[in-house]
Amino acid sequence: MSTVDQPFPTHEIRERFGFWKRSYAMLLKEFIQLRRDRVSFAMIIIIPVMQLLLFGYAINTTPHNLPSAVLIQEDSDLARSVLKALENTAYFRFLYEVHDVDDFDNLLKSGKVLFGVEIPRGFERAVRRGDKPALLVAADATDPVAASAALGSLGMVVQTALKHDLYIGAPPEMPFEIRAHARYNPAASSSLNIVPGLVGTILTMTMLIFTALSVTREVERGTMESLLSMPIKPVEVMFGKIIPYVLVGFVQAFLIIGIGVGLFGVPVLGNLVLLALLSTLFITTNLSIGYTISTVVQNQLQAMQMSMMFFLPSILLSGFMFPFAGMPAWAQYLGEGLPLTHYLRIVRAIMLKGATMQNLRYDALALAVLMLIAMTIAVTRFRRTLD
Amino acid sequence: MNGTTGNGIAIDVKGLTKSFGGREVVHDLSMQVKRGSIYGFLGPNGSGKTTTIRMLCGLLTPDSGEGTCLGYDIRRDAERIKRQVGYMTQRFSLYQDLSVRENLEFVARLYGLRDARAAARDMISRLGLSGREEQLAGELSGGWKQRLALGACTLPNPQLLLLDEPTAGVDPKARRDFWNEIHALAADGLTVLVSTHYMDEAERCHEIAYIAYGHLLAHGTVDEVIAKSALTTYTVTGEDLNGLAAELAGKPGIDMVAPFGTSLHVSGRDVAALEATIAPWREKSGLHWQKSSPSLEDVFIELMSRSRDNFQ
Repeated sequence: MSTVDQPFPTHEIRERFGFWKRSYAMLLKEFIQLRRDRVSFAMIIIIPVMQLLLFGYAINTTPHNLPSAVLIQEDSDLARSVLKALENTAYFRFLYEVHDVDDFDNLLKSGKVLFGVEIPRGFERAVRRGDKPALLVAADATDPVAASAALGSLGMVVQTALKHDLYIGAPPEMPFEIRAHARYNPAASSSLNIVPGLVGTILTMTMLIFTALSVTREVERGTMESLLSMPIKPVEVMFGKIIPYVLVGFVQAFLIIGIGVGLFGVPVLGNLVLLALLSTLFITTNLSIGYTISTVVQNQLQAMQMSMMFFLPSILLSGFMFPFAGMPAWAQYLGEGLPLTHYLRIVRAIMLKGATMQNLRYDALALAVLMLIAMTIAVTRFRRTLD
Repeated sequence: MNGTTGNGIAIDVKGLTKSFGGREVVHDLSMQVKRGSIYGFLGPNGSGKTTTIRMLCGLLTPDSGEGTCLGYDIRRDAERIKRQVGYMTQRFSLYQDLSVRENLEFVARLYGLRDARAAARDMISRLGLSGREEQLAGELSGGWKQRLALGACTLPNPQLLLLDEPTAGVDPKARRDFWNEIHALAADGLTVLVSTHYMDEAERCHEIAYIAYGHLLAHGTVDEVIAKSALTTYTVTGEDLNGLAAELAGKPGIDMVAPFGTSLHVSGRDVAALEATIAPWREKSGLHWQKSSPSLEDVFIELMSRSRDNFQ
């Protein structure tokens, strides 16, 4: 009841095992903190498990079901047999059958197919005559891994298939010639593939982290309280935090592409303005996602961890490291939800194939949709009070 | 312009209650603050002062209770309240990595002041910060930080200032300057609600309220609060006051024994019991007893110890 100053109680200090006792106290403290920090705690488990699963199952350098198109200029039994044989390898899946060269080229250019098989006019007759006609296989070699593995298997596969199909007794040699044409990247140089890919990957990483820390930093430095007591709306906070970094991202993209062109000789065949516009869209999408992370997490450590959790699948499932078409369907669906997947298609198509907006509208739309989703979540998640 | 109540009441709330994680931090709090007055908000750490202030300016939503701040409903019109209220947080919450000028311009722009640069410039000279405009806020001393924070929250010409322990950790000279500034602002018609631990600051307020464990225990002018406490206090001077304190503590009628420098304050609500208990010591040589009116601090410490018994 009364408050009288008492002398401080003194206790005997025991020095024995002091090191261990203090270490134990520290360990206990850290453990309690960690247990209360659920996101960090979950990450300790999720990150290795996710890596294991992704590397174990999703990543497959042997392509299969590569989306393909066939340009048929002759409808013959032999042509059908060849196609069937190709499809039976499970490397190819024929999605389009076209009769016009322009349609064929557009399918390749827009990235709807990675392979095209052209069966020329008079093919069957030429084979029977023993003229060894050419079967043209056009591959989108902007992704050399996917293209070369499939191309390499072509000859053997077709020959084996045709033995049963066409002749009694094996022919002494290939009855026709397969003329493979690695489009857009004839030398199958991987820097042509990797430099545009790096633009997307680096932008993803840096943009995410910039904004992922933005809101939590305010909270941790105590400035959020003052900010919230002032008349500013969540959308305003968001734009205020995103827009400066669009410029940062733009400079980064410019540098990477500049070095790619200057040092690696990567061509920019398409329109630079289009590339700049779609890059800006991609940058903004990533910043929105980073900002969304920031509004969801409690502190900067969680923000970093969640950024990594988003970044990792971006690298693995976007087609940056491994051919997109080689992944199982579920991984491809996941990949479609990542901005990097769409941007890689855009940046590779513009730089290496000279694609136009017409070819890329699906990927551009996907980026815009992802951006709007992220922004909507961020604005609704932004806490306007300290409750 | 300022909502519906033009009757000279700036803050009028009833039954505010707020819990965090099942622990009630503010319980059924009602208060009225007159326009143009300086209202002191006192209470021990963790008593709910900050939570109450945050509910008043829309940073926290009360679990129950209602009321108005500048005539605006504290639940529905938080955005309008924010425009007319300057809130100075307990912890320095301007940007440490921004300069004095940049911070003020940021605030001025957030509130949509027409000429943010001019507003910041005027505030800098009013604060006496000229010459330090380009210094980073994080590099300012405690007193200057606090002046800057006050400047930032008065910049958009608010009707009401909510100051949460503005003078904690500030030297006496800076504290005095700060209070002179607050009185000058109140004289201009600004309402100020200020929370503090310091008794001398409480005595500089027009009205005070004492809150402990989320309960509003006393309010009114300083004299009213002292009178209402019905506390009788004896001031003892002499030898071995520590020994005396230990002997008196807990005896019937003794509610509080507290040393004040070379004297000891012995207080109790029940005058008869108090006087009966101290009678033997009053005869003792070497001790000088004098009946005095309790200080505000006596009243608050007594309120606090009483409320601890009631609510904990």
